[in-house]
Amino acid sequence: MSRKIEAAMAIALAILWISPLLFAFWAAFHNVSDAVNFRLAAPLTLDNFRTAWDGAPWLRYFLNTFLLVTLILIGQFTLCTLAGFAFAQVDFKGRDTVFVLVLLQLFILPEVLIVENYRVAASLGLIDTLMGIGAPYMASAFGIFLMRQTFKSVPKDLDEAARIEGCTTLGVLWRVYVPAARPTYLAYALVSISTHWNNFLWPLIVTNSDTTRPLTVGLSLFGAPENGVDISIISAATIMMIAPLLIGFLIFQRQFVQAFLTAGVK
Amino acid sequence: MTDHFALQRQRRAINGWLLLAPSLVMLSVFALYPSVATVITSLWSRGTRRSPSEFIGLENYRYMFDDPGFWLVVKNNLFYAGVTIPISIGLALAMALWANSKLPARGFVRTAYFTPTVLPMIAAANLWLFFYTPSFGILNQIGAFFGADPVNWLGQPSTALWAICVVTIWKEAGFFMIFYLAALQTIPPDLKEAADIEGASRWTYTRRIVLPLLMPTTLFILVNALINSVKLIDHLFILTKGGPSDSSKLILYYIWEHAFAYFDRPTAAAMTAMVLAVLGVLAALQFIVFDKRAHYR
Repeated sequence: MSRKIEAAMAIALAILWISPLLFAFWAAFHNVSDAVNFRLAAPLTLDNFRTAWDGAPWLRYFLNTFLLVTLILIGQFTLCTLAGFAFAQVDFKGRDTVFVLVLLQLFILPEVLIVENYRVAASLGLIDTLMGIGAPYMASAFGIFLMRQTFKSVPKDLDEAARIEGCTTLGVLWRVYVPAARPTYLAYALVSISTHWNNFLWPLIVTNSDTTRPLTVGLSLFGAPENGVDISIISAATIMMIAPLLIGFLIFQRQFVQAFLTAGVK
Repeated sequence: MTDHFALQRQRRAINGWLLLAPSLVMLSVFALYPSVATVITSLWSRGTRRSPSEFIGLENYRYMFDDPGFWLVVKNNLFYAGVTIPISIGLALAMALWANSKLPARGFVRTAYFTPTVLPMIAAANLWLFFYTPSFGILNQIGAFFGADPVNWLGQPSTALWAICVVTIWKEAGFFMIFYLAALQTIPPDLKEAADIEGASRWTYTRRIVLPLLMPTTLFILVNALINSVKLIDHLFILTKGGPSDSSKLILYYIWEHAFAYFDRPTAAAMTAMVLAVLGVLAALQFIVFDKRAHYR
Protein backbone atom coordinates (compact mmCIF):
# COMPACT_ATOMS: atom_id res chain seq x y z
CA MET A 1 0.00 0.00 0.00
CA SER A 2 2.67 2.51 1.02
CA ARG A 3 4.49 1.54 -2.17
CA LYS A 4 1.54 2.70 -4.21
CA ILE A 5 1.39 6.01 -2.37
CA GLU A 6 5.08 6.49 -2.94
CA ALA A 7 4.75 5.72 -6.62
CA ALA A 8 1.91 8.23 -6.86
CA MET A 9 4.01 10.85 -5.13
CA ALA A 10 7.00 10.21 -7.34
CA ILE A 11 4.91 10.53 -10.48
CA ALA A 12 3.09 13.60 -9.17
CA LEU A 13 6.40 15.29 -8.48
CA ALA A 14 7.62 14.33 -11.95
CA ILE A 15 4.55 15.88 -13.55
CA LEU A 16 4.93 18.99 -11.42
CA TRP A 17 8.58 19.17 -12.44
CA ILE A 18 7.98 19.22 -16.18
CA SER A 19 4.77 21.23 -16.05
CA PRO A 20 6.49 24.61 -16.63
CA LEU A 21 7.98 23.17 -19.79
CA LEU A 22 4.68 21.65 -20.90
CA PHE A 23 2.76 24.89 -20.30
CA ALA A 24 5.30 26.89 -22.26
CA PHE A 25 5.14 24.36 -25.06
CA TRP A 26 1.37 24.56 -25.11
CA ALA A 27 1.34 28.34 -24.94
CA ALA A 28 3.83 28.63 -27.77
CA PHE A 29 1.37 26.98 -30.15
CA HIS A 30 -1.67 29.05 -29.17
CA ASN A 31 -2.48 32.72 -29.47
CA VAL A 32 -2.06 34.62 -26.27
CA SER A 33 -5.69 35.00 -25.22
CA ASP A 34 -6.35 31.28 -25.74
CA ALA A 35 -3.19 30.45 -23.85
CA VAL A 36 -3.86 32.53 -20.76
CA ASN A 37 -7.50 31.43 -20.55
CA PHE A 38 -6.65 27.77 -21.01
CA ARG A 39 -9.02 27.14 -23.87
CA LEU A 40 -8.01 23.57 -24.37
CA ALA A 41 -9.86 23.24 -27.64
CA ALA A 42 -8.36 26.39 -29.14
CA PRO A 43 -6.77 26.04 -32.57
CA LEU A 44 -3.03 25.55 -32.89
CA THR A 45 -0.99 28.28 -34.50
CA LEU A 46 2.55 28.88 -35.60
CA ASP A 47 2.19 32.66 -35.53
CA ASN A 48 4.12 32.99 -32.27
CA PHE A 49 7.11 31.29 -33.79
CA ARG A 50 6.90 33.49 -36.87
CA THR A 51 6.73 36.67 -34.78
CA ALA A 52 9.48 35.52 -32.46
CA TRP A 53 11.72 34.48 -35.32
CA ASP A 54 11.34 37.86 -37.05
CA GLY A 55 11.92 39.74 -33.80
CA ALA A 56 15.61 39.02 -33.36
CA PRO A 57 18.61 37.71 -35.33
CA TRP A 58 18.24 34.20 -33.92
CA LEU A 59 20.30 32.54 -36.62
CA ARG A 60 23.20 34.77 -35.68
CA TYR A 61 22.70 34.01 -31.98
CA PHE A 62 22.62 30.29 -32.69
CA LEU A 63 25.79 30.57 -34.72
CA ASN A 64 27.48 32.60 -31.95
CA THR A 65 26.52 30.10 -29.26
CA PHE A 66 27.65 27.23 -31.44
CA LEU A 67 31.02 28.84 -32.18
CA LEU A 68 31.44 29.87 -28.55
CA VAL A 69 30.77 26.39 -27.20
CA THR A 70 33.14 24.88 -29.76
CA LEU A 71 35.87 27.39 -29.01
CA ILE A 72 35.64 26.78 -25.26
CA LEU A 73 35.62 23.02 -25.74
CA ILE A 74 38.74 23.07 -27.91
CA GLY A 75 40.49 25.34 -25.42
CA GLN A 76 39.49 23.23 -22.44
CA PHE A 77 40.46 19.95 -24.08
CA THR A 78 43.88 21.25 -25.03
CA LEU A 79 44.75 23.01 -21.78
CA CYS A 80 43.25 20.46 -19.40
CA THR A 81 44.78 17.50 -21.24
CA LEU A 82 48.27 18.97 -21.02
CA ALA A 83 47.93 20.09 -17.41
CA GLY A 84 46.10 16.97 -16.26
CA PHE A 85 48.83 14.83 -17.81
CA ALA A 86 51.55 16.83 -16.08
CA PHE A 87 49.81 16.49 -12.72
CA ALA A 88 49.11 12.79 -13.16
CA GLN A 89 52.18 11.30 -14.80
CA VAL A 90 55.11 13.69 -14.80
CA ASP A 91 57.05 13.74 -11.55
CA PHE A 92 58.68 17.04 -10.63
CA LYS A 93 59.27 19.31 -7.68
CA GLY A 94 56.54 21.73 -6.73
CA ARG A 95 53.88 19.81 -8.61
CA ASP A 96 51.58 19.13 -5.68
CA THR A 97 51.72 22.72 -4.41
CA VAL A 98 50.72 24.03 -7.80
CA PHE A 99 47.94 21.46 -7.95
CA VAL A 100 46.38 22.75 -4.74
CA LEU A 101 46.62 26.30 -6.08
CA VAL A 102 44.85 25.21 -9.23
CA LEU A 103 42.10 23.54 -7.23
CA LEU A 104 41.43 26.86 -5.50
CA GLN A 105 39.91 28.02 -8.76
CA LEU A 106 37.03 25.65 -8.08
CA PHE A 107 35.98 28.27 -5.56
CA ILE A 108 37.16 31.48 -7.21
CA LEU A 109 34.50 31.38 -9.85
CA PRO A 110 34.80 33.42 -13.03
CA GLU A 111 31.29 34.66 -12.19
CA VAL A 112 32.47 36.32 -8.99
CA LEU A 113 35.41 38.03 -10.67
CA ILE A 114 33.31 39.82 -13.28
CA VAL A 115 34.52 43.27 -12.28
CA GLU A 116 38.23 42.70 -12.72
CA ASN A 117 37.89 40.11 -15.46
CA TYR A 118 36.13 42.76 -17.48
CA ARG A 119 39.14 45.01 -17.10
CA VAL A 120 41.49 42.20 -18.08
CA ALA A 121 39.38 41.40 -21.12
CA ALA A 122 39.30 45.10 -22.03
CA SER A 123 43.05 45.53 -21.78
CA LEU A 124 43.55 42.47 -24.00
CA GLY A 125 41.11 43.89 -26.54
CA LEU A 126 38.70 41.01 -26.02
CA ILE A 127 35.52 42.97 -25.31
CA ASP A 128 32.71 41.95 -27.63
CA THR A 129 34.59 38.96 -29.03
CA LEU A 130 33.88 35.26 -28.67
CA MET A 131 37.38 34.80 -27.33
CA GLY A 132 36.55 37.30 -24.60
CA ILE A 133 33.52 35.26 -23.52
CA GLY A 134 35.39 31.99 -23.62
CA ALA A 135 38.87 32.75 -22.32
CA PRO A 136 38.16 32.83 -18.55
CA TYR A 137 36.70 29.33 -18.74
CA MET A 138 39.39 27.56 -20.74
CA ALA A 139 41.85 26.64 -17.99
CA SER A 140 39.18 25.03 -15.87
CA ALA A 141 40.32 23.60 -12.54
CA PHE A 142 37.47 21.15 -12.78
CA GLY A 143 38.67 19.92 -16.17
CA ILE A 144 42.27 19.66 -15.05
CA PHE A 145 41.21 17.68 -12.01
CA LEU A 146 39.01 15.41 -14.10
CA MET A 147 41.76 14.67 -16.63
CA ARG A 148 44.31 14.10 -13.87
CA GLN A 149 42.09 11.50 -12.20
CA THR A 150 41.50 9.76 -15.51
CA PHE A 151 45.16 9.71 -16.57
CA LYS A 152 46.14 8.36 -13.16
CA SER A 153 44.14 5.23 -13.77
CA VAL A 154 45.87 4.43 -17.09
CA PRO A 155 48.16 1.41 -16.58
CA LYS A 156 51.81 2.38 -16.41
CA ASP A 157 52.90 -0.56 -18.63
CA LEU A 158 51.24 0.98 -21.67
CA ASP A 159 53.17 4.16 -21.03
CA GLU A 160 56.49 2.32 -20.68
CA ALA A 161 55.87 0.15 -23.70
CA ALA A 162 55.25 3.22 -25.82
CA ARG A 163 58.42 4.87 -24.55
CA ILE A 164 60.48 1.79 -25.38
CA GLU A 165 59.05 1.97 -28.88
CA GLY A 166 60.56 5.44 -29.01
CA CYS A 167 57.61 7.72 -28.30
CA THR A 168 58.29 11.22 -26.97
CA THR A 169 56.38 12.51 -23.95
CA LEU A 170 53.83 14.23 -26.17
CA GLY A 171 53.70 11.11 -28.33
CA VAL A 172 52.83 8.98 -25.32
CA LEU A 173 50.17 11.45 -24.27
CA TRP A 174 48.63 11.47 -27.74
CA ARG A 175 48.91 7.74 -28.52
CA VAL A 176 48.28 6.19 -25.10
CA TYR A 177 46.57 8.50 -22.66
CA VAL A 178 44.19 10.43 -24.89
CA PRO A 179 42.65 7.32 -26.47
CA ALA A 180 42.33 5.69 -23.06
CA ALA A 181 40.45 8.71 -21.73
CA ARG A 182 37.82 8.78 -24.46
CA PRO A 183 34.81 8.24 -22.15
CA THR A 184 35.98 11.07 -19.90
CA TYR A 185 36.31 13.38 -22.88
CA LEU A 186 32.77 12.57 -23.92
CA ALA A 187 31.49 13.22 -20.41
CA TYR A 188 33.43 16.43 -20.10
CA ALA A 189 32.23 17.60 -23.50
CA LEU A 190 28.58 17.10 -22.58
CA VAL A 191 28.95 18.90 -19.26
CA SER A 192 30.93 21.74 -20.84
CA ILE A 193 28.54 22.19 -23.76
CA SER A 194 25.45 22.31 -21.58
CA THR A 195 27.15 24.68 -19.13
CA HIS A 196 28.30 27.17 -21.72
CA TRP A 197 25.23 26.91 -23.94
CA ASN A 198 23.39 28.11 -20.83
CA ASN A 199 25.84 30.66 -19.46
CA PHE A 200 24.50 34.19 -19.19
CA LEU A 201 26.08 36.72 -16.83
CA TRP A 202 29.60 36.92 -18.23
CA PRO A 203 28.47 36.91 -21.89
CA LEU A 204 26.00 39.66 -21.01
CA ILE A 205 28.81 41.79 -19.63
CA VAL A 206 31.38 41.17 -22.35
CA THR A 207 29.19 41.46 -25.43
CA ASN A 208 27.59 44.59 -26.75
CA SER A 209 26.53 43.77 -30.28
CA ASP A 210 24.48 41.18 -32.10
CA THR A 211 27.53 39.87 -33.90
CA THR A 212 28.82 38.20 -30.72
CA ARG A 213 25.80 37.80 -28.45
CA PRO A 214 24.97 34.20 -27.58
CA LEU A 215 21.42 32.85 -27.41
CA THR A 216 20.91 33.39 -23.67
CA VAL A 217 21.73 37.08 -23.90
CA GLY A 218 19.66 37.43 -27.05
CA LEU A 219 16.69 35.77 -25.40
CA SER A 220 16.89 38.02 -22.34
CA LEU A 221 16.91 41.12 -24.54
CA PHE A 222 14.10 39.80 -26.70
CA GLY A 223 11.88 39.06 -23.71
CA ALA A 224 12.53 42.38 -21.97
CA PRO A 225 9.29 44.18 -21.04
CA GLU A 226 10.31 47.23 -23.12
CA ASN A 227 10.05 45.01 -26.13
CA GLY A 228 6.34 44.54 -25.55
CA VAL A 229 6.13 40.91 -26.64
CA ASP A 230 3.41 38.78 -25.08
CA ILE A 231 3.86 35.63 -23.09
CA SER A 232 3.02 33.28 -25.96
CA ILE A 233 5.73 34.82 -28.11
CA ILE A 234 8.24 34.64 -25.26
CA SER A 235 7.30 30.99 -24.84
CA ALA A 236 7.83 30.36 -28.53
CA ALA A 237 11.24 32.04 -28.45
CA THR A 238 12.21 30.09 -25.34
CA ILE A 239 11.13 26.78 -26.82
CA MET A 240 13.03 27.58 -30.01
CA MET A 241 16.14 28.35 -28.07
CA ILE A 242 16.16 25.30 -25.85
CA ALA A 243 15.01 22.89 -28.55
CA PRO A 244 18.45 21.78 -29.81
CA LEU A 245 19.80 21.06 -26.36
CA LEU A 246 16.56 19.49 -25.17
CA ILE A 247 16.24 17.20 -28.19
CA GLY A 248 19.88 16.26 -27.83
CA PHE A 249 19.28 15.51 -24.19
CA LEU A 250 16.24 13.35 -24.83
CA ILE A 251 18.07 11.33 -27.48
CA PHE A 252 21.34 10.93 -25.60
CA GLN A 253 19.75 10.89 -22.17
CA ARG A 254 21.70 7.91 -20.92
CA GLN A 255 25.03 9.43 -21.94
CA PHE A 256 24.01 12.79 -20.51
CA VAL A 257 23.20 11.39 -17.10
CA GLN A 258 26.28 9.21 -17.24
CA ALA A 259 28.35 12.26 -18.15
CA PHE A 260 27.16 14.25 -15.17
CA LEU A 261 27.79 11.20 -13.00
CA THR A 262 31.35 10.72 -14.21
CA ALA A 263 32.04 14.41 -13.86
CA GLY A 264 30.55 14.59 -10.41
CA VAL A 265 31.99 11.45 -8.89
CA LYS A 266 35.55 12.12 -9.92
CA MET B 1 75.07 7.06 -13.49
CA THR B 2 73.92 9.69 -10.94
CA ASP B 3 74.53 12.26 -13.62
CA HIS B 4 72.18 10.44 -15.89
CA PHE B 5 69.45 10.41 -13.24
CA ALA B 6 69.93 14.07 -12.43
CA LEU B 7 69.66 14.88 -16.11
CA GLN B 8 66.54 12.82 -16.45
CA ARG B 9 64.96 14.50 -13.45
CA GLN B 10 65.75 17.88 -14.91
CA ARG B 11 64.21 16.89 -18.21
CA ARG B 12 61.08 15.73 -16.45
CA ALA B 13 60.80 19.03 -14.57
CA ILE B 14 61.10 21.00 -17.80
CA ASN B 15 58.52 18.78 -19.45
CA GLY B 16 56.18 19.17 -16.51
CA TRP B 17 56.34 22.95 -16.42
CA LEU B 18 55.99 23.18 -20.19
CA LEU B 19 52.85 21.07 -20.07
CA LEU B 20 51.44 23.22 -17.28
CA ALA B 21 52.44 26.53 -18.82
CA PRO B 22 49.36 27.23 -20.97
CA SER B 23 46.95 26.50 -18.13
CA LEU B 24 48.99 28.44 -15.60
CA VAL B 25 49.11 31.46 -17.90
CA MET B 26 45.33 31.39 -18.37
CA LEU B 27 44.67 30.84 -14.68
CA SER B 28 47.01 33.68 -13.75
CA VAL B 29 45.38 36.08 -16.18
CA PHE B 30 41.76 35.18 -15.44
CA ALA B 31 41.76 34.01 -11.82
CA LEU B 32 44.89 34.92 -9.90
CA TYR B 33 45.52 38.41 -11.24
CA PRO B 34 41.84 39.47 -11.05
CA SER B 35 41.65 38.25 -7.45
CA VAL B 36 44.66 40.32 -6.45
CA ALA B 37 43.44 43.27 -8.52
CA THR B 38 40.08 43.07 -6.75
CA VAL B 39 41.73 43.64 -3.39
CA ILE B 40 43.88 46.47 -4.76
CA THR B 41 40.96 48.20 -6.48
CA SER B 42 38.96 48.00 -3.27
CA LEU B 43 41.60 50.11 -1.50
CA TRP B 44 41.45 53.01 -3.96
CA SER B 45 38.84 55.70 -4.40
CA ARG B 46 36.58 55.96 -7.39
CA GLY B 47 38.38 58.15 -9.87
CA THR B 48 36.52 60.74 -11.89
CA ARG B 49 37.71 62.86 -14.75
CA ARG B 50 38.54 65.74 -12.38
CA SER B 51 39.89 63.88 -9.39
CA PRO B 52 42.01 60.84 -10.13
CA SER B 53 41.57 57.83 -7.87
CA GLU B 54 43.77 57.75 -4.80
CA PHE B 55 44.68 55.32 -2.06
CA ILE B 56 42.11 55.47 0.73
CA GLY B 57 42.77 52.31 2.71
CA LEU B 58 39.66 50.63 4.03
CA GLU B 59 37.36 53.57 3.28
CA ASN B 60 35.41 51.59 0.66
CA TYR B 61 34.80 48.82 3.14
CA ARG B 62 33.49 51.36 5.65
CA TYR B 63 31.21 52.79 3.01
CA MET B 64 30.04 49.27 2.20
CA PHE B 65 29.33 48.39 5.82
CA ASP B 66 27.44 51.67 6.30
CA ASP B 67 25.29 50.96 3.26
CA PRO B 68 21.94 49.47 4.34
CA GLY B 69 21.56 48.16 0.80
CA PHE B 70 24.58 45.94 1.31
CA TRP B 71 23.18 44.43 4.50
CA LEU B 72 19.85 43.89 2.79
CA VAL B 73 21.41 41.88 -0.03
CA VAL B 74 23.50 39.92 2.47
CA LYS B 75 20.33 39.11 4.38
CA ASN B 76 18.55 38.20 1.14
CA ASN B 77 21.41 35.97 0.08
CA LEU B 78 21.46 34.17 3.42
CA PHE B 79 17.73 33.64 3.11
CA TYR B 80 18.21 32.43 -0.47
CA ALA B 81 20.84 29.93 0.66
CA GLY B 82 18.85 28.93 3.74
CA VAL B 83 15.75 28.14 1.69
CA THR B 84 17.13 26.68 -1.52
CA ILE B 85 19.88 24.47 -0.10
CA PRO B 86 17.95 22.29 2.37
CA ILE B 87 14.88 22.03 0.15
CA SER B 88 16.74 21.14 -3.01
CA ILE B 89 18.96 18.62 -1.20
CA GLY B 90 15.92 17.05 0.47
CA LEU B 91 14.06 16.85 -2.82
CA ALA B 92 17.14 15.52 -4.58
CA LEU B 93 17.39 12.72 -2.04
CA ALA B 94 13.72 11.80 -2.43
CA MET B 95 14.04 11.91 -6.22
CA ALA B 96 17.11 9.70 -6.17
CA LEU B 97 15.48 7.13 -3.88
CA TRP B 98 12.43 7.06 -6.12
CA ALA B 99 14.36 7.01 -9.36
CA ASN B 100 16.46 4.17 -8.01
CA SER B 101 13.61 1.99 -6.72
CA LYS B 102 11.37 -0.27 -8.74
CA LEU B 103 8.53 2.16 -9.23
CA PRO B 104 6.42 2.12 -12.39
CA ALA B 105 7.37 4.69 -15.05
CA ARG B 106 10.83 5.04 -13.60
CA GLY B 107 12.36 6.22 -16.88
CA PHE B 108 9.82 9.00 -17.25
CA VAL B 109 10.24 10.04 -13.63
CA ARG B 110 14.01 10.22 -13.94
CA THR B 111 13.89 12.23 -17.16
CA ALA B 112 11.32 14.63 -15.71
CA TYR B 113 13.44 15.31 -12.64
CA PHE B 114 16.61 15.85 -14.61
CA THR B 115 15.28 17.93 -17.52
CA PRO B 116 15.41 21.37 -15.82
CA THR B 117 19.14 20.86 -15.33
CA VAL B 118 19.88 21.08 -19.03
CA LEU B 119 17.88 24.29 -19.50
CA PRO B 120 19.50 27.71 -19.28
CA MET B 121 18.52 29.70 -16.22
CA ILE B 122 17.26 32.43 -18.55
CA ALA B 123 14.90 30.00 -20.26
CA ALA B 124 13.79 28.63 -16.89
CA ALA B 125 12.94 32.15 -15.78
CA ASN B 126 10.89 32.68 -18.93
CA LEU B 127 8.99 29.46 -18.31
CA TRP B 128 8.20 30.46 -14.75
CA LEU B 129 7.13 33.94 -15.80
CA PHE B 130 4.06 32.22 -17.10
CA PHE B 131 3.29 30.93 -13.61
CA TYR B 132 3.88 34.17 -11.79
CA THR B 133 2.34 36.88 -14.01
CA PRO B 134 -0.26 38.75 -11.96
CA SER B 135 -3.37 38.94 -14.13
CA PHE B 136 -3.34 35.56 -15.81
CA GLY B 137 -0.49 33.58 -14.25
CA ILE B 138 -1.16 29.92 -13.68
CA LEU B 139 -0.68 30.12 -9.93
CA ASN B 140 -3.37 32.78 -9.67
CA GLN B 141 -5.75 30.86 -11.91
CA ILE B 142 -5.36 27.84 -9.65
CA GLY B 143 -5.83 30.15 -6.65
CA ALA B 144 -8.93 31.71 -8.18
CA PHE B 145 -10.37 28.24 -8.67
CA PHE B 146 -10.18 27.79 -4.91
CA GLY B 147 -11.46 31.31 -4.31
CA ALA B 148 -8.15 32.95 -3.40
CA ASP B 149 -7.37 36.54 -4.33
CA PRO B 150 -4.80 37.06 -7.07
CA VAL B 151 -1.29 37.66 -5.82
CA ASN B 152 1.37 39.63 -7.62
CA TRP B 153 4.07 37.11 -6.82
CA LEU B 154 6.99 39.01 -8.33
CA GLY B 155 5.66 42.47 -7.54
CA GLN B 156 5.52 42.47 -3.75
CA PRO B 157 8.46 42.31 -1.36
CA SER B 158 6.99 39.51 0.76
CA THR B 159 6.83 36.98 -2.07
CA ALA B 160 9.41 38.05 -4.68
CA LEU B 161 12.39 36.31 -3.10
CA TRP B 162 10.35 33.16 -2.53
CA ALA B 163 9.44 33.14 -6.20
CA ILE B 164 13.14 33.39 -7.05
CA CYS B 165 13.95 30.53 -4.66
CA VAL B 166 11.37 28.25 -6.25
CA VAL B 167 12.97 28.59 -9.69
CA THR B 168 16.40 27.82 -8.22
CA ILE B 169 15.13 24.75 -6.41
CA TRP B 170 13.40 23.57 -9.57
CA LYS B 171 16.67 23.94 -11.46
CA GLU B 172 18.98 22.45 -8.83
CA ALA B 173 17.17 19.46 -7.33
CA GLY B 174 17.44 17.25 -10.42
CA PHE B 175 21.13 18.05 -10.73
CA PHE B 176 21.86 17.02 -7.16
CA MET B 177 19.74 13.90 -7.64
CA ILE B 178 22.34 12.64 -10.09
CA PHE B 179 25.03 12.59 -7.41
CA TYR B 180 22.77 10.73 -4.99
CA LEU B 181 21.87 8.26 -7.73
CA ALA B 182 25.54 7.60 -8.35
CA ALA B 183 26.15 7.02 -4.65
CA LEU B 184 23.10 4.77 -4.29
CA GLN B 185 24.37 2.52 -7.03
CA THR B 186 27.61 1.90 -5.14
CA ILE B 187 25.81 0.53 -2.07
CA PRO B 188 26.38 -3.24 -2.10
CA PRO B 189 23.15 -5.23 -2.48
CA ASP B 190 24.07 -7.64 0.35
CA LEU B 191 23.32 -4.87 2.82
CA LYS B 192 19.74 -4.85 1.60
CA GLU B 193 19.59 -8.65 1.82
CA ALA B 194 21.03 -8.64 5.32
CA ALA B 195 18.48 -6.04 6.38
CA ASP B 196 15.69 -8.14 4.86
CA ILE B 197 16.84 -11.25 6.72
CA GLU B 198 16.91 -9.30 9.97
CA GLY B 199 13.36 -8.24 9.18
CA ALA B 200 14.15 -4.55 9.02
CA SER B 201 11.49 -2.43 7.35
CA ARG B 202 12.30 -0.48 4.24
CA TRP B 203 12.12 2.75 6.21
CA THR B 204 14.58 1.44 8.82
CA TYR B 205 16.91 0.27 6.07
CA THR B 206 16.79 3.68 4.42
CA ARG B 207 17.30 5.59 7.64
CA ARG B 208 19.93 3.43 9.32
CA ILE B 209 21.94 2.18 6.36
CA VAL B 210 21.35 4.24 3.22
CA LEU B 211 21.37 7.73 4.70
CA PRO B 212 24.63 7.31 6.67
CA LEU B 213 26.31 5.89 3.57
CA LEU B 214 25.19 8.94 1.63
CA MET B 215 26.81 11.39 4.04
CA PRO B 216 29.97 12.08 1.96
CA THR B 217 27.77 12.73 -1.08
CA THR B 218 25.62 15.10 0.94
CA LEU B 219 28.72 16.99 1.97
CA PHE B 220 29.89 17.25 -1.63
CA ILE B 221 26.46 18.46 -2.73
CA LEU B 222 26.32 20.93 0.14
CA VAL B 223 29.54 22.61 -0.98
CA ASN B 224 28.22 22.81 -4.54
CA ALA B 225 24.92 24.18 -3.31
CA LEU B 226 26.67 26.86 -1.26
CA ILE B 227 28.67 27.96 -4.29
CA ASN B 228 25.50 27.97 -6.37
CA SER B 229 23.74 30.20 -3.87
CA VAL B 230 26.30 32.87 -4.78
CA LYS B 231 26.43 32.08 -8.47
CA LEU B 232 22.86 31.40 -9.59
CA ILE B 233 21.39 34.85 -10.21
CA ASP B 234 20.58 34.81 -13.94
CA HIS B 235 16.84 34.53 -13.34
CA LEU B 236 16.86 37.81 -11.41
CA PHE B 237 17.51 39.59 -14.69
CA ILE B 238 14.26 38.24 -16.14
CA LEU B 239 11.95 37.92 -13.18
CA THR B 240 12.50 40.79 -10.76
CA LYS B 241 15.72 42.70 -11.47
CA GLY B 242 16.21 42.58 -7.73
CA GLY B 243 12.98 44.39 -6.97
CA PRO B 244 10.55 45.40 -5.69
CA SER B 245 12.52 47.77 -3.46
CA ASP B 246 15.54 45.45 -3.46
CA SER B 247 13.59 42.69 -1.72
CA SER B 248 14.93 39.98 -4.05
CA LYS B 249 18.38 41.38 -4.77
CA LEU B 250 21.32 39.02 -4.24
CA ILE B 251 24.98 39.86 -3.69
CA LEU B 252 26.32 39.03 -7.13
CA TYR B 253 23.53 41.03 -8.76
CA TYR B 254 24.35 43.94 -6.47
CA ILE B 255 28.00 43.70 -7.47
CA TRP B 256 27.03 43.64 -11.13
CA GLU B 257 24.83 46.68 -10.62
CA HIS B 258 27.57 48.65 -8.90
CA ALA B 259 30.19 47.81 -11.49
CA PHE B 260 28.19 47.98 -14.70
CA ALA B 261 25.17 50.17 -13.98
CA TYR B 262 26.52 52.73 -11.47
CA PHE B 263 30.16 52.40 -12.62
CA ASP B 264 31.29 52.33 -9.00
CA ARG B 265 34.11 49.84 -9.40
CA PRO B 266 35.79 50.27 -5.98
CA THR B 267 32.61 49.46 -4.05
CA ALA B 268 31.96 46.49 -6.32
CA ALA B 269 35.55 45.37 -5.71
CA ALA B 270 35.15 45.64 -1.94
CA MET B 271 32.04 43.46 -2.10
CA THR B 272 33.78 41.01 -4.42
CA ALA B 273 36.63 40.77 -1.93
CA MET B 274 34.14 39.87 0.80
CA VAL B 275 32.60 37.15 -1.38
CA LEU B 276 36.07 35.82 -2.22
CA ALA B 277 36.90 35.68 1.49
CA VAL B 278 33.76 33.68 2.23
CA LEU B 279 34.45 31.31 -0.67
CA GLY B 280 38.06 30.98 0.53
CA VAL B 281 36.91 29.88 3.98
CA LEU B 282 34.57 27.42 2.32
CA ALA B 283 37.42 26.06 0.20
CA ALA B 284 39.66 25.66 3.25
CA LEU B 285 36.91 23.83 5.12
CA GLN B 286 36.34 21.50 2.24
CA PHE B 287 40.01 20.69 1.83
CA ILE B 288 40.28 19.87 5.53
CA VAL B 289 37.20 17.67 5.57
CA PHE B 290 37.97 15.95 2.28
CA ASP B 291 41.63 15.50 3.03
CA LYS B 292 40.64 13.41 6.03
CA ARG B 293 38.80 11.14 3.66
CA ALA B 294 41.80 11.01 1.34
CA HIS B 295 39.49 11.79 -1.51
CA TYR B 296 42.14 12.97 -3.93
CA ARG B 297 44.47 9.99 -3.47
